[in-house]
Amino acid sequence: MGQVKSIMIVGVGGQGSLLASKLMGNVLMAQGFDVKVSEVHGMAQRGGSVVTYVKYGEKVYSPVIEMGEADVIVSFEKLEAARWLPYLKQGGKLIVNDQEISPMPVITGAMAYPEGILEKLREKQVDVVALDALSLAHQAGSAKAVNVVLIGVLSSMLDFPDEVWQETIEKTVPAKFLELNRRAFALGRGH
Amino acid sequence: MKQLMLGNQAVARGLYEAGCRVVSSYPGTPSTEITEQVSLYDEVYAEWAPNEKVAMEVALGASIGGARSFCAMKHVGLNVAADPLFTAAYTGVNAGMVICVADDQGMHSSQNEQDSRHYAVSAKVPMVEPADSQECIDFVKAAYEISEQFDTPVILRTCTRVAHSQSIVETGERTELPLKAYAKDPKKYVMMPANAVGRHVFVEERMQKLAAFAETSGLNRVEMGDRKIGIVTAGICYQYVKEAFPQASVLKLGMVHPMPVRMIQEFAAQVETLYVVEELDPVIENHCKVNGIRVDGGKNLFGLLGELSQRKVAQALGQECPEPVSFGEQVPVRPPVLCPGCPHRGLFYVLSKLKVMVSGDIGCYTLGALPPLGALDTTICMGASISGLHGFNQARGGDSAQKSVAVIGDSTFMHSGITGLIDITYNRGHSTVLVLDNSITGMTGHQQNPTTGLTLKNQPTPQVSIEKICEAAGVKRIRVVDPNELTELEAVLKEELAAEEPSVIITRRPCALLKQVKHNPPFWIDPERCKSCKMCMKIGCPAIHMENGKAVIDDTLCVGCDLCQRMCSFGAIKTSAEVQG
Repeated sequence: MGQVKSIMIVGVGGQGSLLASKLMGNVLMAQGFDVKVSEVHGMAQRGGSVVTYVKYGEKVYSPVIEMGEADVIVSFEKLEAARWLPYLKQGGKLIVNDQEISPMPVITGAMAYPEGILEKLREKQVDVVALDALSLAHQAGSAKAVNVVLIGVLSSMLDFPDEVWQETIEKTVPAKFLELNRRAFALGRGH
Repeated sequence: MKQLMLGNQAVARGLYEAGCRVVSSYPGTPSTEITEQVSLYDEVYAEWAPNEKVAMEVALGASIGGARSFCAMKHVGLNVAADPLFTAAYTGVNAGMVICVADDQGMHSSQNEQDSRHYAVSAKVPMVEPADSQECIDFVKAAYEISEQFDTPVILRTCTRVAHSQSIVETGERTELPLKAYAKDPKKYVMMPANAVGRHVFVEERMQKLAAFAETSGLNRVEMGDRKIGIVTAGICYQYVKEAFPQASVLKLGMVHPMPVRMIQEFAAQVETLYVVEELDPVIENHCKVNGIRVDGGKNLFGLLGELSQRKVAQALGQECPEPVSFGEQVPVRPPVLCPGCPHRGLFYVLSKLKVMVSGDIGCYTLGALPPLGALDTTICMGASISGLHGFNQARGGDSAQKSVAVIGDSTFMHSGITGLIDITYNRGHSTVLVLDNSITGMTGHQQNPTTGLTLKNQPTPQVSIEKICEAAGVKRIRVVDPNELTELEAVLKEELAAEEPSVIITRRPCALLKQVKHNPPFWIDPERCKSCKMCMKIGCPAIHMENGKAVIDDTLCVGCDLCQRMCSFGAIKTSAEVQG
């Protein structure tokens, strides 16, 4: 059980990070860890930059993850990966969905969306896994399944048995979306 | 059963297990989910009140009536409810009464970051502060015991990181308590001067008893470790301290008012250096200093602003922290925005175009202050849009009322907008008030309110009519418009601004996120027809951006509201039917 591990799920309000964090919390509890999952609700959710902290281990105290502490960051959007990079440990894993959602300063023309984000991230002392999760989600049956595709990718980096993930997905998502989410998870896990 | 539970859900669970029967609240981040969650238990009567003052009075009435009662609010909500709080401290309770106040250090979703502990001090009521979800359950139960043992309301203080973090809890069964007998007792409950004088004596005696209780209460505990560093802390800061300094000796205060003296003195005597770690104001630190306890580091190290964290605590005490990996260039900020299809967007576009002074209020529409809409001039507190506008116009005189409006949501109007409107009509003002009726309390995540026709438990109930309230307040000019009908909206605004009497314009269109609101298929911009004039960008819709010099609609975000189509003079923006046809 040992040392506390830290995972951050970052993205844009409305991308479904709440379900992703719920899934993670339930899986980690099923594995017998002490778990804390923390997120901010309210104003930030209105299309703003959102972050969820997931921490697990023998005993977790602080629910928040600070700069240089995350073992893994799962980013639902490219710019958000750049924004939250300082929170990753040296050598940590960065899972990035290769999707661009323009923030308002870019839409109004006040700032430019940075070019070559993935290339720049790869130059850092971190392990970047980039993928087009939106296409995989479409393949699974809905653009909304991006979150579960990315959790699938994350699952391949964690040493928990497949049954635990499957059981947790079944318990966590509504029955009518179960097959869709199973497909999305499998596509991410097999990526 | 063990389960992962949000702090707010755990407070609700604690209420259920403690036998609480009556809950009344007004939504406010980060407290909202408590009341939503407790409403799921059939054994508990739960309601949304129009504001926090009403909610607290309902809870106090229920307590006097013999039922364990509760109300929840955000920190600024306690300002609204401060009036009943200070006198409830005098009357005390019959059955237990707990008030939850959720502070928002760091202002994730608030207009200030006031420290609610001062209310416990000044109202002379006990306050407990949980540090995780299990303590949310346990402290609610303890708070009811204290409330009934000492005849006082008890404040449960949470914060964003406790309210909105999930951690593992062990749940228990509900203790069903019989309704306590009600006996008329004017000396206790009729707070006229003669009786209140007597109750003040009681309050001061109660504070002394509570201070003695704090010395031995299990809510406060010492975890002795390395004696080089001793840290006095409470609530979420305990978690940061334990993570940053797992070996240190810690005195964790669960009861933050009144605080023990002897217990802290004894702890201080056993450690070489004593630090006080708390967010915002030096409440614990000042308590130590007033009582002659040496503090080697407090606010001088940790500051008065925002949230702390394990990293901030460690750095303030001189510990090395990992160097962050930097992206190396500026990353554009991503502020929250009005959602695609938001009914407020068209209104703020028109107000911005008319260049009127806009007195704003608290809700999603506060986001109308951000570029490119940039419509709001002020945002202060719930209801201040209307009363503030009246003051502004009285000060400036002349044609000020012809060049200014107030904007306030349906729920905020119910909360504390009505009295401001009455002030305008009563005092012969001419101001124009816009009630943005989107059929729901939006920002806090869709709560029913008196204008929606449904209760917290989704039972149908008569809808309060905004029109009739305005009429009864003496407003003769009341107009209702769809804010997406930009031309009509602009014409109505010009007419009402010109009128030399008070007017109310109700802009009525439901929130685009409501389940019953049907979305149209996404729109599409014909690049051949797009002249790159960027008119469609002026409404600040997150679904529209420029690509290779042409406007493009993101079909995963667009809800087909048609506002952008109304902006385009070149017929470039098309519905899916037009594209296919």
